[in-house]
Amino acid sequence: MHFWPMVLALAKGLLTSTEIFALTLLFSLPLGLIIALGRMSKVGFVRQIFRIYISIMRGTPLMLQLFFFYFGPYYVFGIRLNKLSLFGVDYRFISVIIGFSLNYAAYFAEIYRAGIESIPVGQHEAAFVLGLTKPQTFLRIILPQVVKRIVPPVTNEVITLVKDTSLAFALSVMEMFTMAKMEAAAHTTMVPFIVAGVFYYVFNFAVAWSMERVEKSLNYYR
Amino acid sequence: MANAVLAIAHAAKSFGGVQVLKDISLSVAKGDVLALIGPSGSGKSTLLRCATLLETLDGGTLRYDDIAVVEDGVYAPKEVLHAVKSRFGLVFQNFNLFPHLSVMQNITLAQTAVLHRSREEAAGTAWELLCKMGLADRADAYPCELSGGQQQRVSIARALAMNPGILFFDEPTSALDPELTGEILKVIRGLAAEHMTMVIVTHEIGFARNVADRVIFMAGGVIVEEGRPGDVIDNPRSDRTRAFLANLDRK
Repeated sequence: MHFWPMVLALAKGLLTSTEIFALTLLFSLPLGLIIALGRMSKVGFVRQIFRIYISIMRGTPLMLQLFFFYFGPYYVFGIRLNKLSLFGVDYRFISVIIGFSLNYAAYFAEIYRAGIESIPVGQHEAAFVLGLTKPQTFLRIILPQVVKRIVPPVTNEVITLVKDTSLAFALSVMEMFTMAKMEAAAHTTMVPFIVAGVFYYVFNFAVAWSMERVEKSLNYYR
Repeated sequence: MANAVLAIAHAAKSFGGVQVLKDISLSVAKGDVLALIGPSGSGKSTLLRCATLLETLDGGTLRYDDIAVVEDGVYAPKEVLHAVKSRFGLVFQNFNLFPHLSVMQNITLAQTAVLHRSREEAAGTAWELLCKMGLADRADAYPCELSGGQQQRVSIARALAMNPGILFFDEPTSALDPELTGEILKVIRGLAAEHMTMVIVTHEIGFARNVADRVIFMAGGVIVEEGRPGDVIDNPRSDRTRAFLANLDRK
């Protein structure tokens, strides 16, 4: 019976999946805000650049983007990064984080933009007449209200991200799906896929539960 | 005119080719209560929005006390425009309270962020105003927990906390249920008794007659008639004013 060693191997993979998940959120959530602000810039040229960025990131497969960031530096510029390691992390993993972060930031940017544009103009006007500056208005009046409004769509993206971490198998990063494939092939059994499925589901159950808590904590006003 | 809190001369404003303000001139002296009445689309709200810098005038002159905001259609530098906002306050038709902040925070935010008052001082000012508005027990409530009339009183307190030299009201009772308009009118009457300088855009003709020192009737972007309430409302000289008032009486 190889069941428990297999579960252990998947659990190790889950740890890597969780790292991809956490680091992607860490980078893409703030980056998305910058992209959203660029997308709404008053300068047409800047707005156009961010519009194109979002269009490309959403319009091409994430897996292709991962290949681009992993192989691109060598194929395009002849730079060998595969031996590179930062803080003990190899470039394979780094390129996955870059790809996921840049991709998810594009989606978050559009969610932020929808949230920001949904705030009634009267809120801006009230802040303006009171003499608040633009940054003060954004940080103290607009953004707090945006956060409340975008929790449901952000939850959607975060849940998708949990499942998307499996795309890192394309670069043979030892995350849970890669491990499940290896275990399944080694023992010619479906069980690793079922166990991995259970792990993903439990992970997302926890994500949905946490986000619901966040939503409830913002329910003190309408 | 020299010691007017607000002075507007030859104000002009168009929206996409339609002239909504045509050569408007008026001035408001310290302690004056001016009521702006007129049919919808007459330009009275636009005039208020131009005076509070929410819209830009195409031409004319706008001054607060000694500060020239617009001189012959040319706006003063940004710093002047920012600074002049401390001279006036605006109460919106639909309150525009900040929903994520408590009543207390709604009134203290701009005091600390703009006037750099200490938290204690800001809270003290807010507390005083809330007592005056009869809302002392709602300081920790959120706007969504208040009635429309209470929300409007909070927004008046929020504006007053900044110590404006002049307070504008843009149809302050239009978004309220009829039985709630009374409490707002009472508050404004109280402010008038304290000689607060005010400009009130309103459809409440009876209230305008009662509280205003002066009434301006606007129609089609021009001032049709101006004078004491007893004259403009009770003995209008122009047919346009008479028609407007007769139409209101019928409703």
